[in-house]
Amino acid sequence: MHRNPSRPLSPHLTVWRWGPHMLVSILHRITGTGLATVGAAAFVWWLVAAASGADSYKYFTGWATSWLGIVVAVGLTWAFFQHMLSGLRHFVMDAGAGYELNTNKFWAVMTLAGSLVLTAFSWLYIVTVR
Amino acid sequence: MTTETPIARVRGLGSAQEGAHHWLLERLTSIATFLLFIWLIVSLVRLPSLDYRGVTEWLATPLAAVPMLLLIVSTFWHLKLGLQVVIEDYVHDEGNHFFSILLVNFLTILGAAFAIFSVLKIALGGAPNV
Repeated sequence: MHRNPSRPLSPHLTVWRWGPHMLVSILHRITGTGLATVGAAAFVWWLVAAASGADSYKYFTGWATSWLGIVVAVGLTWAFFQHMLSGLRHFVMDAGAGYELNTNKFWAVMTLAGSLVLTAFSWLYIVTVR
Repeated sequence: MTTETPIARVRGLGSAQEGAHHWLLERLTSIATFLLFIWLIVSLVRLPSLDYRGVTEWLATPLAAVPMLLLIVSTFWHLKLGLQVVIEDYVHDEGNHFFSILLVNFLTILGAAFAIFSVLKIALGGAPNV
């Protein structure tokens, strides 16, 4: 980047009142980065453990069912659904639709609510049925 | 040293005609990843047990191993494209930028290779049965 750091930047983040669309936008990147690092590592560990034998697999499930593993798993579940719903919203916006202020705000809020509901349902299922 | 400004150097050259390629691949891999994760979630919910025997016997069947291999390729491709965009937007120092992109490429391929090998080992009967 050819930028002289002694020159001021125009305020592009601080001058806007925060809205749900801005939160969903940055959450898409945060959840994506989280899934791509922590999620991918856990996924690879699961498969490598399964391919390495029963002891390795037991070691993995031991961690996965510990309190730390469950905290990470709940976080990943939420990140997955938030990124998924936000991604689906992006497809609509890529098609040029959903930019009207109220529509845009409504679906931004819906991705936030939807990811929380789906995470809650998933863990309710895991705790009660499994 | 040239007295040309960066904008003067590129003005009139037109676009490189490949600006949309990365963007489009990110969308295509997101559709594939979305569909394959729906498959994975439905499959895991339908599995009677997620213990060592349950998972390895399931992954040994073609109907599980092949979609799983596709899921690995699609997911790691997508997360590589996504992490690249995040780095391009936030890592401005040229050295750090180069190193980060290199690291993402290496780690993505490393992770995908471990995952693919593990699935193949289980699917082709190499996993020790205990």
